[in-house]
This record gives sequence, structure tokens and C-alpha cells, in this order.
Amino acid sequence: MSETIEKALGDDRVAMTRRLAGDIADGWYVNLGVGMPTKVADMIDDGREVMFHSENGILGMGPTPAEDEIDPWLVNAGKKAVSLTPGAALFHHADSFAMIRGGHIDLCVLGGYEVAENGDLANWTTPSGDILPAVGGAMDLAVGAKRVWVLMQHTTRDGAAKLVRRCTYPLTAPAAVDRVYTELGTFAVTEEGFRVLTLADGVSLADVQARTDAPIHG
Amino acid sequence: MIDKRVADLAAALEGISDGAVVMIGGFGAVGQPDALVDALAELGPRELTIIANNAGWSAETGIPRLMDLGLVRKIICSFPKGSTVFKDLFTAGKIELELVPQGTLAERIRCGGAGIPAFYTATAAGTRLAEGKEVRTFRGRECVMEEALTADVALVEAWQADRWGNLVFRGSGRNFNPIMAMAAELTIVQAHQFANELDPNVIVTPGIFVNRVVQVDSRVEKLLAAQKAS
Repeated sequence: MSETIEKALGDDRVAMTRRLAGDIADGWYVNLGVGMPTKVADMIDDGREVMFHSENGILGMGPTPAEDEIDPWLVNAGKKAVSLTPGAALFHHADSFAMIRGGHIDLCVLGGYEVAENGDLANWTTPSGDILPAVGGAMDLAVGAKRVWVLMQHTTRDGAAKLVRRCTYPLTAPAAVDRVYTELGTFAVTEEGFRVLTLADGVSLADVQARTDAPIHG
Repeated sequence: MIDKRVADLAAALEGISDGAVVMIGGFGAVGQPDALVDALAELGPRELTIIANNAGWSAETGIPRLMDLGLVRKIICSFPKGSTVFKDLFTAGKIELELVPQGTLAERIRCGGAGIPAFYTATAAGTRLAEGKEVRTFRGRECVMEEALTADVALVEAWQADRWGNLVFRGSGRNFNPIMAMAAELTIVQAHQFANELDPNVIVTPGIFVNRVVQVDSRVEKLLAAQKAS
């Protein structure tokens, strides 16, 4: 393993999140999944107006408010206090998921256990079945958003591939993913399988292939 | 004269019987009809089926309180994580779970209120949650049939209500409340404030969907703190 790769793998995920945020276009309506994807909201450059959607009925979600500015009647899908931006709107759950299922949300960013080369996404439960299964809005978002980008580490903590030929984890949705952002690069899901859009600094195609179960096209 | 206001929680919950299907609004701490749920726990009807997004958090209050008292037979929800009461009952096989994707849950409830018996959606097609469901292809896309949900009772929280049962909400407090109000035979509302007359331009839930309204000061700040602590 080259030193650069070690550094890339040891990175604190900021770079990959920033890379994804940089690809979000001005004017998009975007839903961010819980966990790492929520950090995308803090990395949108000034000058671009992006409206963040929350499943529980918010368009125009702003940053976490200061302790003394918290409105207890306003939480996001992760049940955390949020603020509203100018132009925000509030609505009920059926309208919120009409936005999602009806293809009105430009982009959804989700985490993932596995993404297959045909775009299959597994991100809601483990093969043995969690003791307590929970799905939330993941399946609706994966089939409904115009674009689905997965933000995840390239491999598991044990080094197993997460970009795979076929998912071994239970599916969230078949053929749902458009792009995968990892610490090694950005990869598009195409008819031929995974194709490199960007490689992280100092990372080669061979480095990526060594950590990927499915073929990676340059 | 139409006046849906009732004096107290006991009057609000009158007539809920064993075996009732009960929808409970709220998402996180916001929009929870917490006083109604706690009063229902006191009332103690058994063999309830609960329809809600979550299974709650603390055993002291809300849905876990109902479960802890052994009043709940089944829950239909999208995200049951967070409550140790539910987890323990579920792993012991003492409570039934129907896990539904969140948007499908919302649409099943909306359809229940709108008189639509079932619908097709691509959500969950090709996954474990579609097992046993009718599948059809529309516009080249595989879809599963989902049946509408209705209930005997909906417990709803609103920011303001008037005597006609018209409701307005605050912040993210709408969530499942307006659609649950539509889908139940008996809709009972806990409102933070009574208003003499609400502006028709801003009403979210028209009073036709509401049967009873009781005024209860919101405890959302306490609920948030409890949720944060868990």
C-alpha cells in the first residue's frame, strides 16, 4: 500500500464530503440522509442556493441553531433541532413523500453498506436481519429522487469491498444509485458498471481496483 | 351549534375500547399528542394496534408506556428503533411489528382518509418488504400494491384549534397529524391553544376531519430533552 493511499484511507472524510458538495448545482432541492450525508449541508459554497428537504415536512432547512435560538417545534428527520432559511416551506408527511416519490427532489445523498455495479443499493439492514429492523424513508428516497448519490467509505473497517458485483446485503432498492463518493474517488454507475469520474489526489486506478469487488472502468 | 371542544382528557378519550386501531401523530418530539397517549395508558384499553412513525423512546411516557403496560398487540411503523421497551417485547415475541417504508406509511394513511383502497408504488419493489405483496409493472417499472390504512381512533397534536375543529400547526409539527386526522373514525386533537376563530386562509386541517378537541399546554421542550437524554 502506497503512503498516499494510507493517507487517503486515514482521512477524516471531509475531502469526500466536500467533493460531493462541490458537485451539487445551484438551485437544486436536496435531501440528505442521516450520518455523514448531513455534513454536506455545511459545505455548499456561498453563491449557490440549495434547498434542503427533510422528510418530516421541511423545505429550506438551515444550519443547527445556537442553543438560545432553538425552536423546539422544529426538528429534522434525524430528530435534531434545525433552522429555516428564507423561502422555506412546511408541509405534512404525505406531501413530503409526494416530493420524494414524485421525482421532485433533484438529489438524495445516502450512506450505504453495499452498492452493486448495476446500481443496486443495500443500506437498511444486515444479511442476518437486525434484531430490530427499521427502514425509515430510505426505500422511498432511493426509488424517488432524480439522482441518488451514495457517500460512504470505500471498504468496510475490515477491508471488505463495498462496491460489489452483486449485493449480499438485503436491497433497499434495485438499480437506484447514480454515483458513489468514497475517499478514493467519485464513481458513476453506468450500463458497463462502475466508471471513474474523479480519483482522489495520489490514488491510481489500480489502487481503487484492488479495493473493489466489481470491475472499475477508467 | 357545532362545538368540538371538550373539557378534559377523559372526555376526549371516551369510548375507546379493547382491540381499537389507534393512529398516533408526531415525528420525534414534535407533534406528539403526548397528553392524550398518557391518558390512554391510564384508561387502559387492551389489544391495541398502534399506527405511528416510531415506537417512541422512554418507558415513562408515550407509546412505550402503552407497551410497557401490555396494552399493545401490534405496531405498524417505519422506524421502531430507540425504545428499549419495544425492543424487549419484540425480541421476546410479545408484540407484532409491521415494518413499512415511511413514505408508503404516509400514503397508506392518506389513501385511507381519501377513500382510495390501495395504490401501487415502486418503493420496496424488489426488496424484502415486498414479500407476499401483489406486483405489477407500470411504465416499465415494477411496483408493489399497498393497501390503505384506516383507524378507529386518531390521536393528533395541533398548535391551535377553534370550536369547529379547524387546525393549524407549528414548525415540523404537521408530520403525520393532518393525514391521520383524515383516516380515523374518531379523531381526537390535543391543541396547545384554543382560538376563537382561525383565519380560513391558513387552516391546514379542516374541521370536518376532527371530532373532539382538548386544550393541553405543549410539553415539546420536555419531550425534546427526554429524547436527547435517551
